[in-house]
Amino acid sequence: MNAASPLPADTPPAWGRVRASRRIADRILKVSATLFSLISVVVLFWILGMLLVQGGTSLSLDVFTKITPGPGSEGGGLVNAIAGSLVLTLLGIAVATPVGVLAGTYLVEYGRGSILAAVIGFLNDVLLSAPSILIGLFVYTLVVQPMGTYSGWAGAIALAIIALPVIVRTTADMLGLVPSTLREAGAALGAPTSLVTQRVTWRAAKAGIVTGILLALARIAGETAPLLFTALNNNFWFSPSLMGGVSNLPVTIFQFASAPYENWRQLAWAGALIITVTILLISIVARYALRKDIVR
Amino acid sequence: MAAGSEALSYADRKSGSQVISLTGRNAIFRALCLSSAILVLAVLAGILIAMFIGGWPAFREFGLGFFTGSAWDTQNDQYGAWPAIAGTLSTAVIALIIGVPLSLGIAVFLTQLAPGWVRTPVATAVELLAAVPSIIYGMWGLFVFVPLFARFFQVPVSNLTEGLPIVGTILYSRSPTGLGVATAGIILAFMIVPFIASIARDMLAQIPTVLRESAYGIGCTTWEVVRYVLLPQAGVSIIGAIMLGLGRALGETMAVTFVIGNANRLSSSILDPGSTIASRIANEFNEALGLQMSALIATGCILFLVTFVVLVVARLLVARMKAL
Repeated sequence: MNAASPLPADTPPAWGRVRASRRIADRILKVSATLFSLISVVVLFWILGMLLVQGGTSLSLDVFTKITPGPGSEGGGLVNAIAGSLVLTLLGIAVATPVGVLAGTYLVEYGRGSILAAVIGFLNDVLLSAPSILIGLFVYTLVVQPMGTYSGWAGAIALAIIALPVIVRTTADMLGLVPSTLREAGAALGAPTSLVTQRVTWRAAKAGIVTGILLALARIAGETAPLLFTALNNNFWFSPSLMGGVSNLPVTIFQFASAPYENWRQLAWAGALIITVTILLISIVARYALRKDIVR
Repeated sequence: MAAGSEALSYADRKSGSQVISLTGRNAIFRALCLSSAILVLAVLAGILIAMFIGGWPAFREFGLGFFTGSAWDTQNDQYGAWPAIAGTLSTAVIALIIGVPLSLGIAVFLTQLAPGWVRTPVATAVELLAAVPSIIYGMWGLFVFVPLFARFFQVPVSNLTEGLPIVGTILYSRSPTGLGVATAGIILAFMIVPFIASIARDMLAQIPTVLRESAYGIGCTTWEVVRYVLLPQAGVSIIGAIMLGLGRALGETMAVTFVIGNANRLSSSILDPGSTIASRIANEFNEALGLQMSALIATGCILFLVTFVVLVVARLLVARMKAL
């Protein structure tokens, strides 16, 4: 009997008698899949390492206390850009949060099963990946052109438009996870839909909705393209009315990074480190809070 | 709504004023939710309309020639979008050629090969790559990748392919600075990897374990399981994920602006500088006036329509799998 003849002792038992072509194809897949994963991890750490080395050596107290230097002037910091970025980002989130949460609520609580809600939900996902520079162009024609001046408001609106679909999507997803028995219990007590939504459903989905807002925050904090033609950028303190250009970190980094002045380049690295660390921290916190990935 | 009316009839008997406030509040809340949802539609429609109106003077002036023309002459007000369109498409194609195998490899690694203790850190790292801002990719590209790429790829390849037919046209660069269409495509590849990989991983993970185990049970290798069982199962939605990556690559601005070299002229070599629609808008829009501004918005309009179609198809394909 053939079956009785034992395999050579040195053949790995897992493989037995497998055609070389099959074995090689399998080996290629395993090696390349592992290698590709390794490459992506290496790229992440390479980027982080670059930021730590270049940005870390450029960080100093001046970065947080002095305003951005003009062309050719010595020293300087980023304090006006950091403050401007904070204002724009928080304003953007402040606008996007109520609209996004309410729209997400409509999709789940009122529009479930309706064609309108399905279409809005679908187009919201398209808006989620729309090129951010076009949102900048849109806000330019909508706000900057009629007002005749660049403004922080225009920048905040552009950021809000980018944050909006993120918040709508996560809110809708999270509300969808709330068991309908909760809503039915609320309705059985005689509460109208609005009350059930505000007092029961929102509370049940609170952690998820907050995560969505954090993810939106992480998304817009580093956005550069939509600010180019809206908030613009400059090397001064912005006016409290936010009219005229408002200095902000991403555009400052963009303008300083490849500039001919050494102190500008140093500041660009410091800014890049600050912004990346902030964003990665926000997204880690958000992901940890939710333990569910919403990259899209 | 039924719940609302019951509350009304009960409260009706108790106090009139509370009824109005309760039903009123209910109606107002519903209207607020609805108008917020409509606002999402309005923004998308608004972008399209604004692009079209803003670009109309250029479309009217140059007609169909705007799509095929390659002049970008601010002195004589002659504008054609072809070099930017070609740059956008070629960077996106290069990004897909590199990014798709990378992403699928990562998805296979995470779902099929990685032991538990490796899976979570690698998955987190890939997701964090998605969170890194585009401008940081641009700086990494310009200061780290470009010099390496020029020295170890562009110079040797240019030396090798100089004078050769076809290959020499595509790969020879007169000034190997490292900046160019290929560089932009490679940086874009790393930027779209997390998006494609994350969806592909979800799709592979959704496939019932029984299918996989029965394939292993009849003696399939991992390659055969992936190729003949998993990919056909997840096929359509993985194409959707790839198109989602394509949508990202087409509209990406800052990273590309850093490394593409920003040349208005169209070169036949992918190692030469070029420009994309997004990079050209980013570079020129603030100084543009009149017809040039309109031409830039018109290219933005083209970009919007193309990405819109790509993203709609992508979402439909991805959604089909989720519905199963």
